[in-house]
Amino acid sequence: MTRQSFSALALFRRGLAGHLDWQKQWRKPTPKASYDAIIVGGGGHGLGAAYYLAKEHGLTNIAVLEKGWIGGGNTGRNTTIIRSNYLFNESAALYDHSVKLWENLSQALNYNVMFSPRGVMMLAHTVHDIQVFKRHVHANRCNGVDNEWLEPEQAKEFCPLLNIEDNIRYPVLGAALQRRGGTARHDAVAWGYARAADVLGVDIIENCEVTGIKRDAGGAIEAVETTRGLIRSKKVGVSAAGNTSVVLALAGVRLPLESYPLQALVSEPIKPIFPCVVMSNTIHAYISQSDKGELVIGAGTDAYTSYTQRGALHVNTHTLDAVCELFPNFRRMRMMRNWGGIVDVTPDRSPIIAKTPVPGLYVNCGWGTGGFKATPGSAHVFAWTIARDEPHPINAPFTIERFRDGYLIDEAAAAAVAH
Amino acid sequence: MLLIVCPYCGKRPELEFTYGGQAHLARPAKPVELDDQTWTDFLYMRTNTKGPYAERWRHARGCGRFFNAVRDTTTDHFLGTYKTGEPQPEFAAATTRTIPEHPK
Repeated sequence: MTRQSFSALALFRRGLAGHLDWQKQWRKPTPKASYDAIIVGGGGHGLGAAYYLAKEHGLTNIAVLEKGWIGGGNTGRNTTIIRSNYLFNESAALYDHSVKLWENLSQALNYNVMFSPRGVMMLAHTVHDIQVFKRHVHANRCNGVDNEWLEPEQAKEFCPLLNIEDNIRYPVLGAALQRRGGTARHDAVAWGYARAADVLGVDIIENCEVTGIKRDAGGAIEAVETTRGLIRSKKVGVSAAGNTSVVLALAGVRLPLESYPLQALVSEPIKPIFPCVVMSNTIHAYISQSDKGELVIGAGTDAYTSYTQRGALHVNTHTLDAVCELFPNFRRMRMMRNWGGIVDVTPDRSPIIAKTPVPGLYVNCGWGTGGFKATPGSAHVFAWTIARDEPHPINAPFTIERFRDGYLIDEAAAAAVAH
Repeated sequence: MLLIVCPYCGKRPELEFTYGGQAHLARPAKPVELDDQTWTDFLYMRTNTKGPYAERWRHARGCGRFFNAVRDTTTDHFLGTYKTGEPQPEFAAATTRTIPEHPK
């Protein structure tokens, strides 16, 4: 299978021809009767896992089953923040593995994912914030992850719009800056992985919802029932984000997950004005500017579990209150769109990338409010886990059994993100 | 924002409430006698139901009391609420339309 290579030259030449001869980026295959492996969930994590299975483990007779359209779930609904300044060793290893893959992802996929390491600055507003962030800075350095402490004046230098006056409700007392962090184009990540996986022979099957999981006499995975018929496979990897509990329940597996709506919104597009990513966990503001010019703003989760992909307006206005106080320039800006995604949250706010009690069934879930940043790394180690039937050393701690055995990776407070 | 019917105070906006997660999880009387898996199930495992879900709410900025509700998590439509300690009543199925018709 060959695909047109994307390059500036190709763009120029096809531009002369009126852009009429671009190929479809991936096929629309009908499902085969059986595959060597099936990935349930066509978001970035699932498509990436299929790509790495084909690319690095030689499993090319595989399919990705997506109930809607690829990248239409949380991959297309997040605020695209990428960082790896997590506190614990296990998390730092996982997220930094991901950041390293981000750095060369456009080249690896021949697809411009617009990774932009413009720096992620996390604001401290209380004495507790200062202590926690400084602890993060030191822990990160021990793990080889860049992170530095900025005084308020330095923070303002890095992000000139920032209000560091002390007459606001939560004055900025400092910030932790990860310069290697940044953003990427979320859709391009799904499309890039889909196209690269398709070239390697992976069938990407959209509008195909898994409705049942069949197990053989020994309990092992035998097939999945879908809205497009029965598909046999001895290996099934589930990467279904907020719907993971539902899919795994089909195989009788219970998980320590709860699904919450998480909302985001964008403003009207304006000229480039915001040079970095600013996060304020204490007062719930996550903000960056897209290449299109919109301010991309993340809000907190709603209070209750839900599968509706929408949430309440007061959650957004709470975030806008904080944004307006930190960036008074934005007070008259109009917001253009808001939406919600369903995120699967674990009790310790760390993901699960592991084998399940059912032989042949693997799960990659629990990314909660911060899964986008981990897309390449998570997909990479998940593919390893599926191919070898054992975890990669990086995801070995992220089991389901850690909740039973007491080895929580407790980023609930440590990630410094208010959940 | 949801409108929630507190069984003690009546219909109030969501802002007055805090969420308490899955309802009817009884704390085992003698945790020390449980094996690790059973204790884990109580502490961490949730059904995370897609559909009608029995859950706890607390009218924190009202009467302060906990109560239970059944809400369809695919629509956020409340099927009904009831007092803590009462068994889960049979509620009529949720209507799928939760957004009222626009006034003509």
